[in-house]
Amino acid sequence: MITPRSEAELAEVIAATREPLRVIGGGTRSVVPMGNASVLTASGLSGITLHEPGSLTLVAQAGTPVEQIEAALAAEGQRLPFEPMDHRGLLGTQGTPTIGGVVAANVSGPRRIQVGAARDFLLGVRFVDGAGRILKNGGRVMKNVTGYDLVKLMAGSRGRLGVLSEVSFKVLPMPEVTVTLVLQGLDDAAAVRAMAQGLASPFEVTGAAHWPGKGTFLRIEGFAGSVAYRAGQLRAMLGGEIEESAQRWTEIRDVAPFHAAEGDIWRLSVKPSDAPGLVARAGAEAVLYDWGGGLVWLRMAPGTDLRARIAPFQGHATLVRADAETLARLPLEQPEPAPLAALSSGLRDKFDPRGIFATETDPVRAVAS
Amino acid sequence: MDMPTPNPVILAKKSRLVERLLTVLPTDAVIHLEAETRAYECDALTAYRCPPMVAVLPSTTQDVSDILRICHEMGVPVVPRGSGTSLAGGALPTADCVILGVARMNAVLETDYENRFVRVQSGRTNLSVTGAVQENDFFYAPDPSSQLACAIAGNIAMNSGGAHCLKYGVTTNNLMGVTMVLIDGTVVEIGGAYLDAPGLDLLGVICGSEGQLGVVTEATLRILRKPEGARPVLMGFDSNEVAGECVSDIIKAGVLPVAIEFMDRPCIRATEAFAKAGYPDCEALLIVEVEGSDAEIDEQLEKIVAIARRHNPVELRESKSADESARIWLGRKSAFGAMGQINDYMCLDGTIPVSQLPYVLRRIGEMSKEYGLDVGNVFHAGDGNMHPLILFDANKPGDLELCEAFGADILRLCVEVGGCLTGEHGVGIEKRDLMVNQFAPEDLDIQMAVKDVFDPQWLLNPAKVFPLAASEARRAA
Repeated sequence: MITPRSEAELAEVIAATREPLRVIGGGTRSVVPMGNASVLTASGLSGITLHEPGSLTLVAQAGTPVEQIEAALAAEGQRLPFEPMDHRGLLGTQGTPTIGGVVAANVSGPRRIQVGAARDFLLGVRFVDGAGRILKNGGRVMKNVTGYDLVKLMAGSRGRLGVLSEVSFKVLPMPEVTVTLVLQGLDDAAAVRAMAQGLASPFEVTGAAHWPGKGTFLRIEGFAGSVAYRAGQLRAMLGGEIEESAQRWTEIRDVAPFHAAEGDIWRLSVKPSDAPGLVARAGAEAVLYDWGGGLVWLRMAPGTDLRARIAPFQGHATLVRADAETLARLPLEQPEPAPLAALSSGLRDKFDPRGIFATETDPVRAVAS
Repeated sequence: MDMPTPNPVILAKKSRLVERLLTVLPTDAVIHLEAETRAYECDALTAYRCPPMVAVLPSTTQDVSDILRICHEMGVPVVPRGSGTSLAGGALPTADCVILGVARMNAVLETDYENRFVRVQSGRTNLSVTGAVQENDFFYAPDPSSQLACAIAGNIAMNSGGAHCLKYGVTTNNLMGVTMVLIDGTVVEIGGAYLDAPGLDLLGVICGSEGQLGVVTEATLRILRKPEGARPVLMGFDSNEVAGECVSDIIKAGVLPVAIEFMDRPCIRATEAFAKAGYPDCEALLIVEVEGSDAEIDEQLEKIVAIARRHNPVELRESKSADESARIWLGRKSAFGAMGQINDYMCLDGTIPVSQLPYVLRRIGEMSKEYGLDVGNVFHAGDGNMHPLILFDANKPGDLELCEAFGADILRLCVEVGGCLTGEHGVGIEKRDLMVNQFAPEDLDIQMAVKDVFDPQWLLNPAKVFPLAASEARRAA
């Protein structure tokens, strides 16, 4: 395991390498086992560089543990608004999730439906590209249209374009109160309709999930008086009971119902109203709806090609957990149409001209020189 | 501001180009007479003008595809244009280019309240997107001041913001998908009515790419339910420092106002003389607006007012009605017009960390004396997006150049304190040559490499965003 201790050392290592590198943070979100690739971890680049609560800004080195960032923010009554999930339970991985890993995989939780994804709160990046160049884009301010937005391009790029060394975020205050409206007895289609009604209300629902067998959940956050008012209005509209615990949302965020269960795990991103019909076609063993139905977690019989099963559909399906044979046979990510695949591949050639970055989705990319 | 010398080889192709364009477009969609191309000679950065060789007005994605295929085959540069409201010269033509204006493409293609999105053609104006959904109490959140006129195409090209983005984000945070035509005429769909596309976030890099990567013809936009209500509070302070601290304390307290607007004394005075909004004569004025039901607004305003009182405001005026809200906003909304009454002005757009506000305002004041040009500041304080308005006399020889030099100094200052050159207007030609202050050569090179992938011959809006010297080799290739 290669563990650079500074950005400069990271750049030297990459410039000097002659073989493909598999880049990780804490390695907790890796779907495909490491195999024989050399592994480079950014976890040696650790520490919060800047936290200005009055500017809602936090800058940290990419290897900083998420836990450390959340604790520092909590001490000032703030948080990462996009609620990144912890993949360890679902994937059975060990280790310490890093903030760079959150960015590289654009990891967002239930609040994504209201406030946006990790990429929406990422203000700036520093990274080392495949040629060993130290590059920066964006910055630490909330509004910035100076040049191309490579910040978005790096978010979710899963190590294809470079190794993140530093990331900066817009953060938000933690709410005073969190409550959940729980609806019982709804089938999938009725649940998605109820969530859509809640999300289309002026009551600022910050989470909308349907857990078959357990209930349909709508979260309200904010100042006490406001939360009481909005929860009351929503209940008048949809019925149900008010629950005070916030624990439910950690379980939904981390897809807790699938942790111990056997089977492949898929993540389906679709138009919410399409979700129940697609789920019916998929023949899943179990499902969990988040984002008002826009995100569906499916537990499938091992080896099932979900995409083939529900095609044609608008959206995308990602394979999140499966055995080695299935991982070798099915692409993790929804294949792109040819013109987009050509653009993506063109970008990889520019950022990584020597083919150094062997990602889990593309472990055999050849080194040119 | 230099522009590349028109290429005589391209100019010589004009008649052949017009002929070919007329095979795919109706006569009234191809504008090539000199008297008529003049209508497209500038955008809202009116100090710079140059009629294009030809202007085309497509009606469909297929039209755009045909136009780009022809221009690509003939090696003719294309400058995409929304409504021409860019303050940065984003739609400024060159004499050897085709202006591709999307103004005729203004249809609403789909509204979906259940899934909360609309799909529109990109020439539709920002405000009319909200107009299409407001009868159902929905709205499209990004609200640039030019929203009555500016097109979604331009909003996407510049990643436009507005007064309410502290809460709702800017264009990129509200854009779900696009139909885009690549320079060779290929039509691509990126994203759609679902979240977070797989693979690389191409949508993220297209938004804000200033028309250099492709021509967006349709957009899927997130729409939101209107809040039940909104009300502002106005507060005056006797120093910029104190006003800046108050902003910071409000943000730290966990209140997330939908807007925090800031005006300094020169701007307050100009505004009072013009609009008579009854603003206090003080150093700094804040307008803070919150949303929700009446009771929720009261709850938030109570917290904000308590914080403001700790900073000894010289004035504190809480709106209790729609009428009072309108009076509080009146001055702010007439600020640009008020400054325009005094003289010509140049509007800057740098963003700084909120904590640097007092220092930057002090330095701008000092520089104003050194340059002998007045400047008023009115801006979105919650996110540090400044809008210094420098007054100058366009008829006085040398004044524009002096004003530009002053503006460049202010923007360099923004970068120095950890900010950036432009928060929502874009680089265009206006800030092109300042890019070297914010980016190292390799940072610019990797951005230009992105353009190489989308537009290898650099035909789309080629003389923008990057310093001409930095992009020269690529443009000449």
